This record gives sequence, C-alpha cells and structure tokens, in this order.
Amino acid sequence: MSEQSTSRDRGSVENTVAPSKDTVTVERAAAESGRGGGGLMSGSFGRNLGLVVALLLICAAGVVTAGDRFASVDNLLTVLRFASALGVVAIGMTFVITGGGIDLSVGAIVALCSVWATTFATQTMATDSHWIVMVFAALAVGAGCGLVNGVVIAYGKVVPFITTLAMLAAARGLAEIISERRTQIVTVDGFKDFFAADILGVPLLVIIFVLVSIGGWVLLNRTTFGRRTLAVGGNPEAARLAGINVNRHTVMLYVLVGLCCGLAALMLVSRTTTGSSTHGTLWELDAIAAVVIGGTLLTGGRGTIVGTVVGVLIFATLGNVFTLNNQDTSTQAVAKGLIIVVAVLLQQRLARNANST
Amino acid sequence: MRLRTPFRRHQSRRYSGLVVGAVAVLSLAACTGSAQDAAEDDDGGSDSAPAAAAGSNDEEGDQVTIGFSAPAADHGWMAAITNNVRDLAEEYPDIDLQVAEGTNDVNLQISQVETFINDKVDAIVLLPFDGAAMTPVALKAMEAGIPVINVDREFDDPNAARVTVLGDNYGMGVSAGQYVCEQAGGNKDAVVAEIAGIDSLPLTQDRSQGFEDALSECGLDVDARQAAEFTVESGEEVAANLLQAEPKIDFLWNHDDDQGVGVLAAIENAGRDEFTMIGGAGSANAMRAIQEDSGVLKATVIYPSTQGADGVKLARLLVQDKAMSDLVEVEVPRTVQLFAPVVTSENVDQYIDSAFES
Repeated sequence: MSEQSTSRDRGSVENTVAPSKDTVTVERAAAESGRGGGGLMSGSFGRNLGLVVALLLICAAGVVTAGDRFASVDNLLTVLRFASALGVVAIGMTFVITGGGIDLSVGAIVALCSVWATTFATQTMATDSHWIVMVFAALAVGAGCGLVNGVVIAYGKVVPFITTLAMLAAARGLAEIISERRTQIVTVDGFKDFFAADILGVPLLVIIFVLVSIGGWVLLNRTTFGRRTLAVGGNPEAARLAGINVNRHTVMLYVLVGLCCGLAALMLVSRTTTGSSTHGTLWELDAIAAVVIGGTLLTGGRGTIVGTVVGVLIFATLGNVFTLNNQDTSTQAVAKGLIIVVAVLLQQRLARNANST
Repeated sequence: MRLRTPFRRHQSRRYSGLVVGAVAVLSLAACTGSAQDAAEDDDGGSDSAPAAAAGSNDEEGDQVTIGFSAPAADHGWMAAITNNVRDLAEEYPDIDLQVAEGTNDVNLQISQVETFINDKVDAIVLLPFDGAAMTPVALKAMEAGIPVINVDREFDDPNAARVTVLGDNYGMGVSAGQYVCEQAGGNKDAVVAEIAGIDSLPLTQDRSQGFEDALSECGLDVDARQAAEFTVESGEEVAANLLQAEPKIDFLWNHDDDQGVGVLAAIENAGRDEFTMIGGAGSANAMRAIQEDSGVLKATVIYPSTQGADGVKLARLLVQDKAMSDLVEVEVPRTVQLFAPVVTSENVDQYIDSAFES
C-alpha cells in the first residue's frame, strides 16, 4: 500500500517536467524533476535529489580537475555518445526490475543482435533491398530472445535469475557460432550513413537515447502498461486478483527489454561499424548498477526512468572524468564500487529524512 | 624487417619513483588516488622496462602529449604493455602521457579515443580491443590531424593509422613449428598438439596458420587443437580436456605463457611428462622454467610486451619531426614488425631481463 502511494507521489513530481521535455536535455530534466517537487518532501524527491547531487559533484570534480577540457560541448557529446547504447538497455532493464524480475542476459543479447544484423546473409539482403533489413533483424532477434526469457519465466516458473543466466550463456555462445568468433564488418553504406548522422549537431545515437528515455517515462508513468508493471512487481498475487494477466505482462516486459537490446545493438554496430560476439560484455552489470543507483527497487514495485537516466549519466561522466585525469584502471574500479554504495546510502538517508518530516 | 631495441635495466627508477611520489602527494587533484601509485607498485612487471637507447633522438625536444589506450590488463602480457608504456614515458621529460582506463568494452574505448581527440593530444597510441571496431574512431582522429599509432591488433583500414607496430604472429607460429621440426628430427609420426589463444582474434588465426605451415615443411601436422582465452583458468580447463583426449603427445605448443600457467598446472595434475612443451609471448616465469630445465617446458616464442612502449617512442619521434636514426629514411616508417625468436635454455639469459611477469 505504501509502495503504491509512493509511486503515485513520484508520478506527480515527475509530471511537472513533462511539458518542457522537448527542448531540454535529459540531464537537465532530471535536475528539474527534483526542483519541481521542491515543495513536497516526497520520497522520490529525496532519491532524485541525492542522485543529481552525486552527478553534480562528479561534474564539479570534472570542472575542478579538468576545467575546459571537461566543460566543453565536444566532451559532453563524447559522454552522451558513450552513454547512449548502454542507456537504452538500462531503460529496458528498469521495466523488468520494476516488474519484479531481472535480466542478466542483456549484454549477450546485444552481442547476438549485433552479430545477426551483420552476417554476410543479412548484409547481402540489406544491399539488395534496403538497410532497414538490418534494423528488423536486430530488433526481431532481441524480441525473440526476450520472448524466450519471458515465456520460460512466466509459464515455466523458472526464476528470472536462472532463466536469464542461461540466456546469457546461450545467446553469447550462439553469437560466437554464427560469427565464427570473428568480427563482422558492416559494408552497407546506407546503414552507416543513417546512424552516423547528426541532427543540429546532436548525434543520432544521443537522440535515440533521449527518445527512448521519454518513451520509457511515458510508458511507465502515464499508461496502463506502466501501472500494471508497478502492480506486478509490487505484489503479483494482488495484481492477479485485480484482474491483471500477470504471466502475459511478464512476457511483455522481457520482450520489451529484448527490443531495447536490439536497438542498443544497432547503436553499437553503427558506432563500431562491426558486429561481434564480444560486444556488450558485462553490460548487464552496468545496466543493473545504473538502474539500482537510480532508485528502482531491486525487489520490484518501484521504478524511475529519470533515476535510471541519471544513473547511466553518473557512470558515464565518472569514467570521462577519470580518463581526463589520467587515472588507472584499478582506482577507477574502486571508485565505481564506492559510488554505487554511497549513492544508495545517500538515497536511503534522504528518503528517510524526507519521510519523517 | 627486423627491429630490436637494446634492453637495459631501468637505472633511474628509484629516483623517478621519489619524484612521482612527491608529485602525487602535492597533487590537489581530488576525487581519487593517483595513477602513479599503481605504476610504482608493480616493480615486478616493470623490470622488463626498456631503457632508452642513447642517441640524439633522445635529447629533450618539444613537449608531446600522447594519449594511450589498451584493453583491460586481464593477463600479464597486457599488464606489461601498459606498465612498459608508463615507464618509458617517465624516462622522457618531454612526454606527457595520458593513459585511459584499460577496457574490453569497445564502446568505452571509443569514447576514450574521442576524449583524446577533444583534448587535441599530439598523437594517439592505440592497442584496440578489436581492431575493426576501433577503426571508425581512429579514422576520425586521423581526419582531425592527430596521428594514430596502431599497436598489435590491426585496424581494417590502412588510412586509420600513421604507424603500425606489430608483433609477428605468423612468425611466432613459424618459429614454434620450426622448433618442433628440429626436435622431432624427421619423425613423421610425432603427435603435435596446440593450445591457441582467443580464437576470434586474427592474431590467433595467424599464429595457428604459421604453426601449421612450418610443420608441413617437415611433414608434420597438428593432431589436436583447442582454443583458450589467454587466462590461467581457461588454460587449465582446456589443457585438462586436451590431455584427457590425447593419451600420448610428443609436442605441445601453447600460444600464451599467461594461460600457460594454467596449462602447466593441468599437466602437473595429470602427471604427464612424456612431451616437450613450447610456450608463447615470453613471460618471466616461463623463462625461469626454461632456465631451470626441470619440466616439460623447454622453449618459448617471444611476442614483445614492449610494443606499446615502442609505439609511444615512435609517436614522440613523429610529433617532434624526427626519424629513426638507425635508418637512412627521414620519416618514421609506416609499419614496424617485431621479431619472434625462440627462447631455449641456451639463449634464455639474453632475453630473461626483457620478459614480463605474468
């Protein structure tokens, strides 16, 4: 019950930013969602504020240590381009986790989609007809993997952790078999040109990320599908009694994250002009980390797209600041671990304070 | 073409370590510890640091900012690559080295190179996780007027790099195969096994091809072949299975001495000693084993872990408009391919100081 009221509160807070979405960047939107809720000391305000503070601290560290090298348009675009593909996966992951599941196979599905979309056969077909064939191939493979995950979880009653762990192994293995563990180079110019395009100086990859974020926000907060996702994740039994087809909804959630993986694979294929069975290695952990520090409950029933987007940006910006400061691998890994723990602790503290006042 | 850098022990390390330590303490750069700490702590790996050859090229020139990015240091050879690069940069006061986080995620490595481009570094030394996947961003750097030095794993477009520094993967296979032929002494029934590295990499395919070609010269062929992942665990796992499948082996070539630690463990567990094993890459512990001459490991084929450092040296020459002084040519060459010699108990002393710790 309290979960439900929390989510409704958050809905109202995030609602205030919806009208200005078309022009502002997602990053700013996240900041405004905190400010918009300034008057109401709601739990989600505290959570998002903690995140935005963390992001601002990292940005401040970037400005202090790297100055103009950090605070430049080129650098911002570098961070956003890096965050884009992973961000799309994390949005899908937010739905699955909010719905009470988990998907460990996203990285492997990205690899499989990237390979499938760039096989000699697919590319020949794309050259003969239209490059959109590659897009359909990636999306179909992603959705197919998600469908398998969903059906096994919902109707086979195998826990999501195990099902998607199996998919992790199988999808990457299949990608290796199809590609014969070689890197497949994209030769279809139409595909490369389309995805490499800029619109008013903003790379298409970033635009896709922004559109998926907005779409995800609307889907989670403004539609029946979103409300059902929260209900299924919060209490599946109650959701069933309320007339929701929980099994079917679960399948749809995994298909959704599969589609996101297909889209992310296309973005990665365009960025590298290759498909490879090594693409997306460990993305499942990056995506889950971003979702969790974003404030989505790992046990389901509460989810926030804005939090996930800020979470992705936190990791992307962090990596960028480290690179700019010439830091080595091990220090970065430790810092990332610390960020995860500190961010979650901070959110909990702020949320508790907010609730008690 | 054959190019050998004379190796000498790093004399000034203690002193430079002090300076670095002082800089690290004074540095106000907040958020985290210092990169140099790590470089200081790994004396083991950096023993193989090449000392600079004397010559006018080493005289201090214009300040050069070089960006360096490599895959994650998940095995000794790769760790040695980055350590050698750091050590080399410390020796030259005119090199300002930017090292990006080692990563096996091409998405991240691309953004690192983009950061170097934004920073307008003078040159980029890049050991790609996947050469083909890093080609677009390398082209972007070249178009921005920043010379790219491609190390070890080649781009799929020759325009994406100004200089390419390569080990000789095919040559490694040939050297290993020729050694096997020599030792087999005309025995055409010898059972030859091969444990390769990551099979998706063109370098692994080249090594295997060279091995096969050299063996066929003396009428031998590879009877059993398995691929591992360059890691100790994968080496152990693959070797255990291979030994199970092949009750009697005469020669075993293992592509990589890091995974070789696992391979040797599996051989020990299986209690096998009937064959001669040849390693690859040239790690210090492999060379110590060869020196002791007590186990199955009798030889290894070198794949220099100094090629990243060579890339940085060439980048410096390139930016400072210098040429390789030992050549008549007035420009830095397009491609430098390193030699892959066989190390045995007879010549191990010559190479052991340049070996890397796995």
